Amino acid sequence: MINSLFLINPSGEMFLEKHWKSVVSRSVCDYFLEAKEKALEPEDVPPVIHTPHHYLISIYRDKLFFLSVIQTEVPPLFVIEFLHRVAEMIQDYFGECSETVVKDHMVMVYELLEEMLDNGFPLATESNVLKEMIRPPTILRSVVNTLTGTSNVGDTLLTGQLSTIPWRRAGVRYTNNEAYFDVVEEIDAILDQSGTTVFAEIQGVVEACVKLSGMPDLTLSFMNPRLLDDVSFHPCVRYKLWESERVLSFIPPDGNFTLMTYHVNAQNLVAIPVYVKQSISFFECGSDGRLDVTVGPKQTMGKTVEGVMVTVHLPKTILSINLTATQGSYTYDNGTKLLVWDIGKLNPQKLPNLRGSLSLQAGAPKPEENPSLNIDLKIQQLAISGLKVNRLDMFGEKYKPFKGVKYITKAGKFQVLTITASINKYT
Amino acid sequence: MLSMSTNNLSYNDQGGSDSAVEVGQETTPTSSNAGAGFGLFSTNFKKNDDLKEMLESNKDSLKLDAMKRIIALIATGKNASELFPAVVKNVASKNIELKKLVYVYLVRYAEEQQDLALLSISTFQRALKDPNQLIRASALRVLSSIRVPIIVPIMMLAIKEAASDMSPYVRKTSAHAIQKLYSLDPDQKEHLIEVIDKLLKDKSTLVAGSVVMAFEEVCPDRIDLIHKNYRKLCNLLVDVEEWGQVVIITMLTRYARTQFTSPWKEDGLFDENSETAFYESDEKKTKNGDEKKSYMMDPDHRLLLRNTKPLLQSRNTAVVVSVAQLYWHLAPKHEVGVITKSLVRLLRSHREVQYVVLQNIATMSIQRKGMFEPYMKSFYVRSTDATHIKSLKLEILTSLANEANISTILREFQTYVKSQDKQFAAGTIQAIGRCATNISEVTDTCLQGLVLLLSNRDETVVAESVVVIKKLLQTQPTQHSDIIKHMAKLFDNIAVPMARASILWLMGEYCERVPQIAPDVLRKMAKSFTSEEDIVKLQTVNLAAKLYLTNSKQTKLLTQYILNLGKYDQNYDIRDRTRFIRQLIVPNEKSGALGKYARRILLAPKPAPVLESTYKDRDRYQLGTLSHTINTKASGYLELSDWPAVAPDQSVRNVEVIEPVKEWAPSLGKTGKSKLSKSSDDKFYSDSGEEEEKEKGSGSSSSDDSSSRSEESSSEAESDEEKSSSQSSEESDKSSSQSEKSSSESDSEQKKTTKKPPQKKTVKPTAKDSDSDENGNVAKETSSSSAEETSSGSESGSDADSHSGTECKKKTKSKAKPKVSGPAFVPEKRHDLLHRMTGKGLSAQYQFPRQPCLYQPTMVSVQISLTNTTDHPLEQIHIGDRGPTGLDMHCFNTVECLLPEASVTVSLGVDFNDSTQAANFQLCTKEDQFSVSIQPAVGELFLPATMTEQDFRKEQGKLLGMNESSATITMAAENTTRQPISRQVATVANLGVVPSGQDNIHRFAGKTASSGAVVLVTVELRESSAALITINTEKSVMGPMLLRDLKRALTRA
Repeated sequence: MINSLFLINPSGEMFLEKHWKSVVSRSVCDYFLEAKEKALEPEDVPPVIHTPHHYLISIYRDKLFFLSVIQTEVPPLFVIEFLHRVAEMIQDYFGECSETVVKDHMVMVYELLEEMLDNGFPLATESNVLKEMIRPPTILRSVVNTLTGTSNVGDTLLTGQLSTIPWRRAGVRYTNNEAYFDVVEEIDAILDQSGTTVFAEIQGVVEACVKLSGMPDLTLSFMNPRLLDDVSFHPCVRYKLWESERVLSFIPPDGNFTLMTYHVNAQNLVAIPVYVKQSISFFECGSDGRLDVTVGPKQTMGKTVEGVMVTVHLPKTILSINLTATQGSYTYDNGTKLLVWDIGKLNPQKLPNLRGSLSLQAGAPKPEENPSLNIDLKIQQLAISGLKVNRLDMFGEKYKPFKGVKYITKAGKFQVLTITASINKYT
Repeated sequence: MLSMSTNNLSYNDQGGSDSAVEVGQETTPTSSNAGAGFGLFSTNFKKNDDLKEMLESNKDSLKLDAMKRIIALIATGKNASELFPAVVKNVASKNIELKKLVYVYLVRYAEEQQDLALLSISTFQRALKDPNQLIRASALRVLSSIRVPIIVPIMMLAIKEAASDMSPYVRKTSAHAIQKLYSLDPDQKEHLIEVIDKLLKDKSTLVAGSVVMAFEEVCPDRIDLIHKNYRKLCNLLVDVEEWGQVVIITMLTRYARTQFTSPWKEDGLFDENSETAFYESDEKKTKNGDEKKSYMMDPDHRLLLRNTKPLLQSRNTAVVVSVAQLYWHLAPKHEVGVITKSLVRLLRSHREVQYVVLQNIATMSIQRKGMFEPYMKSFYVRSTDATHIKSLKLEILTSLANEANISTILREFQTYVKSQDKQFAAGTIQAIGRCATNISEVTDTCLQGLVLLLSNRDETVVAESVVVIKKLLQTQPTQHSDIIKHMAKLFDNIAVPMARASILWLMGEYCERVPQIAPDVLRKMAKSFTSEEDIVKLQTVNLAAKLYLTNSKQTKLLTQYILNLGKYDQNYDIRDRTRFIRQLIVPNEKSGALGKYARRILLAPKPAPVLESTYKDRDRYQLGTLSHTINTKASGYLELSDWPAVAPDQSVRNVEVIEPVKEWAPSLGKTGKSKLSKSSDDKFYSDSGEEEEKEKGSGSSSSDDSSSRSEESSSEAESDEEKSSSQSSEESDKSSSQSEKSSSESDSEQKKTTKKPPQKKTVKPTAKDSDSDENGNVAKETSSSSAEETSSGSESGSDADSHSGTECKKKTKSKAKPKVSGPAFVPEKRHDLLHRMTGKGLSAQYQFPRQPCLYQPTMVSVQISLTNTTDHPLEQIHIGDRGPTGLDMHCFNTVECLLPEASVTVSLGVDFNDSTQAANFQLCTKEDQFSVSIQPAVGELFLPATMTEQDFRKEQGKLLGMNESSATITMAAENTTRQPISRQVATVANLGVVPSGQDNIHRFAGKTASSGAVVLVTVELRESSAALITINTEKSVMGPMLLRDLKRALTRA
């Protein structure tokens, strides 16, 4: 299966390598580096590369390439999924996944990789099990370790790997037993020039933070489970019970995990929380243009829209811009032509507006492409699909847990197409 | 550790090259290495040279540091093999972390240092016999990872032993070791197959994935090994860890293609009707009806489809796609639709996942447009998509285009053409071309659109348009001379060779339609011939030849000029072509018979090119495989065979009962031979039934039918939901596939069986599964009471079960031994130890924090707060003489100095020996000594215990007679409900609450701190605020004392 793993930074340096079978020379990465050179953006590097003797499957994540070397047939997704697990594991252990972090914890990352695969086949990928074997570093612990000379390697023999509930370790104890669920929904939408919805859908995820003692068996039910069109679950969820009763029944992992992701297919019935009035126009002759964008709340169910941000990739031929915002502030990077307008909270009484002039490079023709606006927003205490958690019951343990549910709506890939009008200068 | 690894890194940064280490490790540093680099190198040398010394030191911490630095070297790809002898010495270290690192090192370098590696083998051999399963497993893991051929026999032996280990985890490790040994020495294949066969029979979910992986690697052709395990694998599948699922599903797909007949109708492969059937349920039924007449799905085939379907909801994308490909390759056409939604869901995942999923969808969408058409919008390209994602989406959109949706798609394409990503815009133009050829209604519209694009500013767009227009014009060359003229006009401005070549070809091909323009174009070309690209030159020669034939008057000289240029061209293709054309068209004495046909040869009507998808042929590879992704056969790819025309013997999957334990086995076997089809169904259970049988050690009955029933009920009793549900699904399978009736039958059967046991065994809501609709609510109401009533039988069953590893996820039964839990309530009450008057200004109070004592488990922890009420500091407060009582005490550390008005809390552990005898001791300061005593209330001598109601009863049953003390009291009015009672009891005694099913009975449990004797308290409410308190404990002194305290507390208002 997976033969070797290389971590490569954007400049092409291989700063970590791990082999689970015979050692593969790092020169194999040259094929990858070649492909990387060819690609304009790091995202454009093909995930699967075929070399004479090996197959290279890579992911690009958090500005790092995770490159695995394969020698025989294996489902590519198997490898890709695993590589993402590696990235998530690093993130989980050290708080972020970056080159510096990996270099700082080189030995620990190496040990973790050793535990995650055996002969190229995944052995322990559950973070609960891994954490029992190799404890994540904390500031306190690293101080203690240096003082006492003890280590991060778990000296108790783990049990999680042996049980049929691999995601939960035994003997969990908390003084405060609590279970929190965050229902986070993202709206993916494309609005056309006139503001009508071309495409809209809601993707939701239920993130859980469960800190309960013992082996609790939880049942989470929704007021309106019919809304959910397509779901995927953490392995702990009993699928059959969902099929028959539409409740989520599970023995949770300890700590943070993604309980389920879902899709709400409401097609055009998705409530779009904001509207955008915009025009970006260029004079037919001459080298000037105008930009005018207004954002206002639309269907917000009485909640405040926060964290509104508008991002525009302006055409490459723009020389400079001169804009004024009535609310918030904007930044513009002339190198990437990226205009970011950070609005913040949306006030229905006084709609934020950004307007001003754009000037093109001398002699450059009028851009023909419509730059599209990407909108970012956040609404607290609202699940835009209307999904509501009904109740959470606990079986198997006797204490009363503290329970909480939070709803958040965010913009996912929320695009507004713009009009590029051309203006005759003399009229 | 942190500091060490950073050291290393900083060194690496300085060194900057691999050679730095090598240099550093050489025994004699090259002194000639002068210059700027020298200082750097020599420090490196020092840094790594000490590693050896560190490893040979006596201190574990030094060794550990050294190992960490070495591992960091390995991780960065530096060579650390020099240190092998020093490292290998530490293989038997007691320090677990050190040992782990040594293992990591060994695995990395053993192959290079074979002789030295052998030194470590005996350590592993010893560890293989360790009583701890994890140590056995890790020893096997490392032993098998050392790729040293000499130890093959040792490995073989170790694998064989581990394969029959008690622990499923060790067996899993042995499955992994099989692959390692096979890659080391393929000659061992036959022996290894034996082990694989043995492990395939394993019923543990832990082992299943790994052994199938080994099977795939070592002997994928030995499909016969799977037969007997097929049903078990299907049933275990849901509980196997996700990576194992992928491997098993892929293997079962291959298996099924060899064992079952095709569920597709004869004309099925490209039958769009069967798809529509999926969306129109009415039609579906009739279709099914039709199908059934000719085709009956093997129940095993159905079992596989049914058991994999839930996995479409997995969070692991690899699992989802493997199920999708299984359905694609195995399911009847009308059922494949279920995978669509899941695949579309994956498009929300990471970019790389999207890439692979889109490739698979691209292949599917060519054959089955209908599957993805409703989700067309999901394939709309976003400006943020990566290039390869964009082109895949285009590909799919093109495949999905039909008469109905083409206008929407074309509108979408129009926006793509304007994209800044010109590569993508060019791709879109090709896609438009494909749509135009595929759907004749829109050909004209597309063509017009493309012509408009010819005036685009961007060259790539124009060039691509030209190429596509050329192809389109070929399909209907008639009324398009306008377009050709237009293109001729553009010719001067187009520099892209492919586009220029295309225009030239068009000119030549349709020169008769543009008689004025074509010669002029040729004239221009003659001018610029030498500076053109090869492909353009070739087309120029072609154009010249064609014009010569049609319009020799105007172009004769030009043609000759061009042919002369071509004759001396650097490119041999062009020279060849020129020579050929000259011979063909220019009449001379040498030209043969061909000259006559020149016109017919060059100006023959040419068939239009077919624009088709690059994914057209991809379906020859199994979907989801690497080979499919790269569109070439990857090494180790296993072909998916075609369906057999006639199904092989189904009975091979029947599981014979080999275990001698079963009494009813022979009768079953007999019926199996006599009535083949029926017995196959009956024995369906026998596989999973077998283990139940073993675990329960019960159940023997003469008729198969009833025996299978009793098994089923026993599995229910274990609240083993996964299995029981899968059994029920088998059962409905048996009653022959899809018919509604049979499945409802199986439901009712199950209900019967679940009701059989006297009490409800289903503690958790999960246990009810398929009969959930009716029982669901009931179970919820009763769950709190039923929780305690789970029979002890099921308890023991589950214990036995855990060996075979087939237990389901829900096994969370409490242990029979009461476990100590946290205190339910900690009283705030403080007792005076030393009054400030008697203590000359030092005052002390104590309280019981009810925490388990840190110092010794038998001790009761006591907190003492000391306060200085004097106006001068008190020094050296400590515990002095303990007195004669001989209670074991753990004293607090001496308080060196207590400032005026300050107070300090210290903790103390006292072993009261389960008696309320006071602990007497002296509290001393520098100047004084005070005799004090701690008098514990009886309730403080306990530690709370958690147990189930049922365990409580069991324990209570053991503590009757002498050990029981009880009293009837009149309760205070406010104490008659659960909470106040619990609170009152908890105040008096440190006991844990036992959940109770009855409202009027309250139970509390604990154990004494010192001897761990169980203490059980029952408060039973009677009529009119009377209550019976019962205390069961073998501590006959403590019982009555506790009773007295409780009486007082509960009667008090």
